[in-house]
Formats: sequence, structure tokens, C-alpha cells
Amino acid sequence: MNIPADLKYTEDHEWVRVENGNIAVVGITDFAQKELDELVYVEVETEGETLSQGEEFGTVEAVKTTSELFMPVSGKVVAVNAKLTSDGDDDPTLVNRDPYGDGWIIKVEMTDPDELSGLLDADAYKKLVD
Amino acid sequence: MKNTPLTEKHIALGARMADFAGYNMPITYSSLKEEHFNVRRNVGVFDVSHMGEFIVRGKEALNLVQWVTSNDAAKLKTGDAQYSCLPNGKGGIVDDLLVYRLPEDMCAEGEQAFMLVVNAANIEKDWNWISGHNRFDTRLINISEESGLIAVQGPKAVDVLQPLTDVDLKAIPYYNFTKGRLAGVDNVLISATGYTGAGGFELYAANDRISRIWDAVFESGKPLGILPAGLGARDTLRLEMGYCLYGNDIDDETSPLEAGLGWITKLQKGEFIGRDLMLREKEAGIRRKLVGFTVEDRRVPRHGYEIENEAGENIGVVTSGTQSPSLDRPIGMGYVDKAYAAEGTAIGISVGGKKLSATVTKLPFYKGE
Repeated sequence: MNIPADLKYTEDHEWVRVENGNIAVVGITDFAQKELDELVYVEVETEGETLSQGEEFGTVEAVKTTSELFMPVSGKVVAVNAKLTSDGDDDPTLVNRDPYGDGWIIKVEMTDPDELSGLLDADAYKKLVD
Repeated sequence: MKNTPLTEKHIALGARMADFAGYNMPITYSSLKEEHFNVRRNVGVFDVSHMGEFIVRGKEALNLVQWVTSNDAAKLKTGDAQYSCLPNGKGGIVDDLLVYRLPEDMCAEGEQAFMLVVNAANIEKDWNWISGHNRFDTRLINISEESGLIAVQGPKAVDVLQPLTDVDLKAIPYYNFTKGRLAGVDNVLISATGYTGAGGFELYAANDRISRIWDAVFESGKPLGILPAGLGARDTLRLEMGYCLYGNDIDDETSPLEAGLGWITKLQKGEFIGRDLMLREKEAGIRRKLVGFTVEDRRVPRHGYEIENEAGENIGVVTSGTQSPSLDRPIGMGYVDKAYAAEGTAIGISVGGKKLSATVTKLPFYKGE
């Protein structure tokens, strides 16, 4: 199980990486992509919207299950990874192949970066999924 | 949670395991799609030892089977298998099942013997139900805990299994079975049945023998690209064929006629549980019907999503849905008011405030490559 030490995690299996001070890059964890099996569709229709921590920002469809995606932190959805979605390359399996890299899902301009300290660190997330 | 005789093998193979009907079962080994396509095009093996098996034996065994099931068991000759259901007497279904007419070598003079194969989640319920209706001169024996079952499915199933047995497998017609020696194990019940639409066999043997058969099957199938397949692929394969899954598409509230199972309800065979209700239902006409549909959207329909007409009125509910690996699009089954059951009817699937466009489609979804 790949759980990078420099990321923050939620109990819903999203990860967060902070870039340029105020931007949170968000995806789903290696554990989550394995549980879901191959993704067939990533839908994010909240680009440009400002959402609160815990609010749904999108959906991923796997063969067997549908899974909602939740905001790990509050903020404005400023980018969606076009490689994944039907607006771009439409290759949702990138999430399976590279969940922490090319398989990122959205970027969020944080409105309350203090929320980061309430997220799980790698050790705590590892305990959750073990 | 119970184990099957093969649970340890699945874990050793690295399968993702989950509780299914109280059993620790493999969901996927490698990837669902790979397992799915390997069954469709090649050959795959499922552990379905969680299924329940009851033996019915006695001078009135046929009478009991005829009384509790809807299909006509009197038509079965030794070596025949039959898909059937247990009507609940209130218009619904206790369970769906396979009925095997067993050889009479274990029977006394004048006796008949059957094996009933039931869903794992319903073993106790079915046992109580059938036992409760056994006013006949016949014995019921629950061998579920002692019986293992593997399904070898796919176009290459014969090639894998034939080297392991002297039984001529190609001579067993669909929905027939024979007992014979396979992989050095005597008395294996070799059944030309399955839940995939890909052809193949289901092999019943005692728990302590089934892992020997499992190993021999993989050894023999290795050069042919055999792979284990989990419950994930089992579900996509059955749904592409439009086969019902108890608890999803049929249950105590759905009638066999609504579910499209009229072909296993033989109302003319004589009295049986639920027959009068079914006669009336047939006379009056069903109000809703289980249909298949394909989805124009990318979102995948799931059990419980509401179905709407073009005006946005509720007309039914989704009972099963998945992304079809073979069709590479979302498919589903669900009950709709009869007015919307015709092939080609445009319907909508409601999910989280969105409406997915879908079209009622003739079953099976998968018609071969």
C-alpha cells in the first residue's frame, strides 16, 4: 500500500498536497483505487464553485460501485484534471495507475488552510486502512 | 464469517476478500475486467461453495419438490437439471434454485432423489420453508456445510476438464449432469450449468475433496490461460445475460411473472404453493415488468435508483446495474410500469438530482462477439 509521508488524508480516502502556499491538490488514495477496482468515469461538475469541507464535489464510477468525492478542505474548485474527464483525455484509469501523480482530480484554492491540521497524517491514515 | 473450503487459497492468491452472505468470499483477484473477459473468451474458475445444497429423498420426494417449486419437476429424468423458484404463497419468491434429479442408486425401491441448490443468503430460510411444507413421505438432508462447488466457465472449459476425467464432457447437454471420477476424486457431480452465459461446468464435491479438484483444474488450465474469477466478475457476467440475482432483482415482494420467470412457472402441472395467486395474476395481467435497459449517459445505474418517464414521473426502480465490460457502457435491470416495458422505450434514471437517459433493451445484453 502506497501512502506518501508528505500528504494529508481524510477518512473518506482523499489525499491533499499543498502547492504554492494556498492551493490544495486533491485525489483519492491508492487504497481507494484498489478497493474501487478499475474506474470507468470521473465526473466533477463543481469547477468554479466554492464548497465547504466535507461537501460532495464529484463522483467516480467503477464497474461495481459508485463513490462520491468529498472536499477535504473548504475552498474554490479552481481546476479539474482534464486527463481524467470527458472534457479532456477521458482516461479515468490514470487514477488507478498513478493515484498521487497524474491521477489527481481537482485543485482547490483554500479558504481556511487551518483545516489542514485537522486531517490525518500518513501514519494515522495507514492505521485507518490496515 | 464462515470460510469455504477454498478461502485460504483465495487469500494466498492475493484476492480482495469481502463478506458475502456470511461467507468470506473473493471479490476480485487481479482486475474485474480481466477476469470477466477471461471467462467470456477463455476460461475462468469461481468458488461458489457458499451455495446451499439440500437432498430430498423418499417415496414422495417428487411430490414435495412439485409442491414447493414452480417449474415442473415431473419432467426431469435422471441427469437433468432445472431452473426453478420457491413461490412464497403471497405472490413473491422465497428463493430461486436449481433442481437436480439424482440417480436412484442410493434410493430404496420406489424412492426418488433430488438435489436442490439454493442461494447462500437463503439457506436457513429455504430449509425452514421447505421443511415446514414437508407433509410427504420424504426426507430432507441439508448438506450445505459439507459440500464444495466450483464453476469452470468459458469456451475452453471442456479443454481444461476433459484431461481430468473419462466422462465424455461434450456429451453432456446444457442443463444436464453426470456423476463421475474427476481429478482422481470419485462421485463428482459434473453439471453443464452456470451463471455466466459463457458455457462450462459446475463441479460439486465434498469439502475435503474440492481443493484437490481446484488445484487439478488450475494445473490443467495453465497452458490455456485459466484464471480465478471473483464475485465481481460473476455479477457483471450474469447481468450481461439478464439473469436475475435474488435479493436484487427478485425477492419476497416480486412475482415470478413480473420478473419474466413465467417460463419456470408451470401453472398446468397441478397444485403447488402460490399457484392460485399466479393464476389470478396472469388472468388480471401484471402491472409492472422487469426489463433491461442501456444507459446513454456515463454514470452507472445502481440498485435502488428511481426510474422516471420522460415527463419526470416515477415509473419504477432499478434492481441491478453495472458498467458492462463487453458492451463498454452502463447497463441495468429494473421494474417499470407495464406501459413502459416495450423494447425501445425511452426512460430516465434518477440519481442525485440528475436524470440519465436510458432505453429499454431486449435481454440478454450480451449476444456473443
